Amino acid sequence: MMIAIASGKGGTGKTTITINMALSLHERRDVQVLDCDVEEPNAAIFLNPQFSESEEISIPIPSVDNELCTLCGRCAQVCAFHAITVLGSHLLTFPELCHGCGGCMLFCPTGAITEKPQGIGIIESGLAQNIPFVQGRLNPGSTATSTLIKEVRRRANDRDIVLIDAPPGTSCPVIASVAKTDFCLLVTEPTPFGLNDLTLAVEMVKALNVPLGVIINRSGANDDIIKEYCDKNDIPILMSIPFDRQFAACYAKGIPLVKAFPEWKRAFQELWDNIERRLNA
Amino acid sequence: MKEILIISGKGGTGKTSITSSFAALCENKVMADVDVDAADLYLVLQPTIKETHEFYGSKKAIIDSEKCTRCGLCMQVCRFDAIDDFKVDPISCEGCGVCYQICPQKAITMEDNLSGHWYISDTPYGTLVHAKLGIAEENSGKLVAQVRQAAKQLAEQRQIPYVITDGPPGIGCPVISALSGADTVLIVVEPTASSMHDLQRVLELTSIFKSNVFVCINKYDLSEEQSQQIEWFCYDEGISVIGKIPFDEAVIKAIAHGVPPVEYPGPAAQAIKDLWERISRGGHEE
Repeated sequence: MMIAIASGKGGTGKTTITINMALSLHERRDVQVLDCDVEEPNAAIFLNPQFSESEEISIPIPSVDNELCTLCGRCAQVCAFHAITVLGSHLLTFPELCHGCGGCMLFCPTGAITEKPQGIGIIESGLAQNIPFVQGRLNPGSTATSTLIKEVRRRANDRDIVLIDAPPGTSCPVIASVAKTDFCLLVTEPTPFGLNDLTLAVEMVKALNVPLGVIINRSGANDDIIKEYCDKNDIPILMSIPFDRQFAACYAKGIPLVKAFPEWKRAFQELWDNIERRLNA
Repeated sequence: MKEILIISGKGGTGKTSITSSFAALCENKVMADVDVDAADLYLVLQPTIKETHEFYGSKKAIIDSEKCTRCGLCMQVCRFDAIDDFKVDPISCEGCGVCYQICPQKAITMEDNLSGHWYISDTPYGTLVHAKLGIAEENSGKLVAQVRQAAKQLAEQRQIPYVITDGPPGIGCPVISALSGADTVLIVVEPTASSMHDLQRVLELTSIFKSNVFVCINKYDLSEEQSQQIEWFCYDEGISVIGKIPFDEAVIKAIAHGVPPVEYPGPAAQAIKDLWERISRGGHEE
């Protein structure tokens, strides 16, 4: 079963939920964690994995043989991303704009274009306290976030439970992380920003046809704004974690909540039981 | 005209609280919200929309089933696994048009895709350019560029000295789009191990650009130890930490009431005022 942990707003607690669920479940279930927040992967800070494998991931970009190129401009005409153009007596490529669709190579009438790999990031795999863990790290400057996320997801194994730590927001990288999962947990905080971004995220997850539930993090006196919205839209609130300076202090140091406060394991196990019941219903 | 961009690497560190406060402190400016995935600035600035514009992102392939002979060539050439059973999944389609070019029956067209809207609004603090991406739509990098361009044009036409831009989290396409050509970049961090890690990555990205980069630590007193580490790290990197804002309940109250935090007196408001003083001076230093 594949569960995505996402949020519209950043910094609401996606990584907190992912790693604490993994640490609370792994003694009785087979769990894998995929950190799909490839722009800013943080789960490893809390899980301290030992990586046994590191792979460089690349996309194919055009490589031009100037001997064969007749400067006909067909490649520039088919490229929807303006990543290749004829300028005077040269064919120029702009790798940072290239999506790797292969159109230029396919339609070049003289076979002057081949492809070469352009690195977009790395994928590291290993074990964190016996939990199989995979993370992507996008190269700063690369725009191929979604491509790298899809590569991380391809490394999902047949574990009982696969937890995906998604990036924040509602557009392509989040869609790449949440699409075709079995369930999405949306983490929010009880503030007007939290509510606004939750609303956007709920619409996105619904458009992907993935069932969802909400977790209120740093819950407290203002929870009603989230509760009212969830009630009205028939969305279950599956967990609330109160605001507590001690919890915040653990997070600041990179210590998982259930390591410092083992009594919270039960709540994360119950959260899982609840999700499983809903999926089997 | 100078553009001041506020980003963070890690999300939720307080970009919008600080941007909205700058909006209240800076007398003559245009504001832009380019966190188009999850735009929140409007919640604090209470805009009245004056102009609405459509935003078209990348085109999407559509297969005409009448003309399609199911030869399967489109599926062979699509590298994004976007065609299944001779139908295009608009979410996976990147709009490259390779299928459209190759179809021997000319059964595929590339259709414009309305992927969001952008707005020019009046607020009690001046003009705001903002946007809303359609549900499950892509292309936030292009929309970022559109919003910034509109804000800069307005500032130039009206001879306004500042554009203050609320940026997106992360280091990907929207952030890269926001960074190109920004004069001053303020990175808002919080004193946590995660935020410190993300700051290192965001600095790797900003080093590619020519902006003046500054760091401010929000809620610095929640972990003096982590704050100290961030300061040492910035010192080593040659980046100035030009503000430290304390944790202050008044900020939470201000946001809950839809008001820029600097309007609620307290230690955080004072620290934000000092920060703006330094930023506005630093931004003018060539």
